[in-house]
Amino acid sequence: MEYTLMILLLPLVSFVLLGLFGNKLSHKTSGMIGTGSLLMVALLSFYAAGEYFTTQKVDAIFQTLVPLNVPWLNMGANLHIDMGILLDPLSVMMLVVISTVSLMVHIYSLGYMKGERGFQRYYAFLSLFTFSMMGLVLSTNIFQMYIFWELVGVSSYLLIGFYYTKPAAVAASKKAFIVTRFADMFFLIGILVLSYFTQTFDFGTLTSGNSAIFQQAVSAQFLGASALVWAMALIFIGGAGKSAMFPLHIWLPDAMEGPTPVSALIHAATMVVAGVYLVARLFPVYVLFTPQVLEGIAYVGAFTSMFAAVIAIVQTDIKRVLAFSTISQIGFMMVALGVSKFDGHEGLGYMASLFHLFTHAMFKALLFLGAGSVIHAVHSNEMEKMGGLRKQMPVTHLTFLAACLAIAGIPPFSGFFSKDEILSATYQYNTGLGIWMTLVAALTAFYIFRLYFSIFWGKEKQHAHTPQESPKSMTFPLIFLAIPTLLAGFIPFGQFVTADRAPYSIHMDWLVAVISVIVALEAIFIASKLYQHPDKKPATVPSGLKGFHKAASHRFYVDEVYLLITRKILFNGISRAFAWFDRHVVDGFINGLATATDWLSVRIRGFQSGETEWYAWVFLFGTLLITAWMLFV
Amino acid sequence: MTEQIIFYLLAIVVTVFSILAVTSKRIVRSATYLLFVLLATAGLYMLLGYYFLFAVQVSVYAGGIMVLFIMAIFLTHKPGNNVSIKQGWRVRLSLLLSVAGLLLCGEIILNNTIGIVRFAGKEEPTMQQIGTAMLGTGKQQYLLSFEMMSILLLACIVGAILIARKTKTEKNEPNETEL
Amino acid sequence: MGELLINNTGVPVLAYQLVSLIMFFAGIYGFFTRRNLMMILISVELILNAADINFAVFNRYLYPGEMEGMFFALFTIAIAACETAVAIAIIINVYRNFGNAEVDNLKKMKG
Repeated sequence: MEYTLMILLLPLVSFVLLGLFGNKLSHKTSGMIGTGSLLMVALLSFYAAGEYFTTQKVDAIFQTLVPLNVPWLNMGANLHIDMGILLDPLSVMMLVVISTVSLMVHIYSLGYMKGERGFQRYYAFLSLFTFSMMGLVLSTNIFQMYIFWELVGVSSYLLIGFYYTKPAAVAASKKAFIVTRFADMFFLIGILVLSYFTQTFDFGTLTSGNSAIFQQAVSAQFLGASALVWAMALIFIGGAGKSAMFPLHIWLPDAMEGPTPVSALIHAATMVVAGVYLVARLFPVYVLFTPQVLEGIAYVGAFTSMFAAVIAIVQTDIKRVLAFSTISQIGFMMVALGVSKFDGHEGLGYMASLFHLFTHAMFKALLFLGAGSVIHAVHSNEMEKMGGLRKQMPVTHLTFLAACLAIAGIPPFSGFFSKDEILSATYQYNTGLGIWMTLVAALTAFYIFRLYFSIFWGKEKQHAHTPQESPKSMTFPLIFLAIPTLLAGFIPFGQFVTADRAPYSIHMDWLVAVISVIVALEAIFIASKLYQHPDKKPATVPSGLKGFHKAASHRFYVDEVYLLITRKILFNGISRAFAWFDRHVVDGFINGLATATDWLSVRIRGFQSGETEWYAWVFLFGTLLITAWMLFV
Repeated sequence: MTEQIIFYLLAIVVTVFSILAVTSKRIVRSATYLLFVLLATAGLYMLLGYYFLFAVQVSVYAGGIMVLFIMAIFLTHKPGNNVSIKQGWRVRLSLLLSVAGLLLCGEIILNNTIGIVRFAGKEEPTMQQIGTAMLGTGKQQYLLSFEMMSILLLACIVGAILIARKTKTEKNEPNETEL
Repeated sequence: MGELLINNTGVPVLAYQLVSLIMFFAGIYGFFTRRNLMMILISVELILNAADINFAVFNRYLYPGEMEGMFFALFTIAIAACETAVAIAIIINVYRNFGNAEVDNLKKMKG
């Protein structure tokens, strides 16, 4: 299966071509190059998935294939960083997800970004991103994954700040990069601690279940926890930064300043699930050796879900609602991983989390692309400016509705199946957690239908020109993505991706399913009552909740806390001292050297006085000195 | 015995007049004292048995160079001026340095050469020997140096003329011919 | 020192050397003390002469069969002549430009 190397390299070639020659190519050509290469990548991914899932079973357990593994950097006796391609159920599934969503975004952007300045640059960056993400999921060892992790962060920075003339976009891209970079610092420390004790970077070795390599890591204690616990916790923090878990979620809502297709690709379907992918990749280590970290992961995910869902209810910008919705859904995935165990039925959480990753990528991308279509038609992001669009944009309306039903968890849409698995896994673990997550699911249904009704129902607003349906390049991806949204729920996911690689047939937990559907329907009903007809909208919020409403619409002031910490403590306290030191001591030293040289040179210049006698003096004096020295020393 | 007396005479002349030459306030006197020093040095060469060197010293040094000096003195001084002397501290310092140098070298000489006195035999070089050595090309023969000396003299002649000639702006003769 | 006069062995090297030494350092003293360029030149001549005496003396006393010292002294005299000629040319130039032949005038090479 060496052709998988092409999956990795095609986007890179496209990036280099478009990056270097994009200025000379026309928009159409560069769009064709970008989309064309992605089409090939998608076809190769599907083919690889087909080949892998049908032929790589040994004793009904999927084998890990390493078609390519090249040692790249040798550090010490045992440690070496390789560059390679790893194929196992997890990475093959991710290949399918990434290439599909990326292809749809490429096609969509042909219409959405038409006529924009920097079109070629946009496609070049999209190709770069695809290359980085593919590299991330195909990595054979943790350091290679870290390299591609950083590359993904860079592509995200470039794409968020695409409209670089807008100060808000520039600030948002910086924020995204800095927050994820900050988390990556912990990731790196975790990698180093882990590799120091286990003397390997390789995933295969780390996840083989062999406890001998972790002996040293477990025995070395630091502040009450073993080194292994520290390493895995730090690695999770890195993943939490990329996946926007609380409190590192602050960059994701601001990242909506980028173009909408970018939000669809990066911040809904692919980059933000890199954290989930990381935990899933290292899952055997987490579940077998550091279960306490896994528990922590579950609680962080649960809290983040609820937190984001509450904020999403009161946002007025379409993309912000969807951003918080993404945070909340990734929280779901993290919870599912956190409550999972390893073998057979116990590994339900793992399988459910990845199933949800798959379906969420599809319907969230659809939601974002649909929102982009609406924004493109109305030229504004605010919900107040939209209303009654269902008559004017039928295709967008129907596909958007399908995605909303999916995310709300209504059968037979895909979201129902994946979310149901997660809920039953959490109920098995802890009933309280199950109830909490069901509540979040209810909130999810509420806010997404609030969004839906506000955009497509209600009174039509005045617009500069009447909104019409988007061009075919934009509606085709919507229709294409609606297919998995409808049907993916019927894929027997447990046959493909499970924690211990053995197939697992999914049983429907009817109690949980019925409860969740009822709760969702009730939420939808409430939302329709409030938002479907404009005159019924609550003009005033009940007074008891006013303060809460204000806090939620300001995202619970987390950003302000961050600003406070960075400005007052870091900048004023620490940075100022360092700046003073740099300016006065370091620069002062250099300036002092220069001043001393100047002073010395003025003194020495006196030697060249131009007076002949003076020269003669010096000559004589020197001669006497040398003579005396040669004679007596 | 006579040799020693003559030597001491000449030595006294040399030392006294050289010191006077450097401390006199008048230039022409200084030049005259130098002349005496040169003649006495020629006498010392004669005493050593180098007749050719004696002749050269008298004719070139005492004759040619001294005349040159006197001529130059008259070219470069307005008549009647006395030369000014330097500041006191410079004089003292150079005196000190000179005496220090003198003592240093004197000590070296005393340590290394005190025992040597003259050989019994007096072998002075004959003119034929000098001539052959001057124009020969074997070992210890000085044809190359001789020729280089002639080139050096040529260069100095040309250089001196070139440096000291008057340029058109100084002399108001439009018909100045180039040399 | 008394035996210097009485003995029949001739003048010791030391005596010649002392003479040349005194002449040499007189020349050095004059070089630094004099302000007039011609006098400086006179001091330089003294120095050269002292060196010549040294050459001749060493040749006579240590290498009686050889003639190197004498030839060296010969060549030194010739070189001294050349150098004196050029130096006087320069001094005449200085006199023309400044009106007097003082060494203080030569300050253009400052810095």
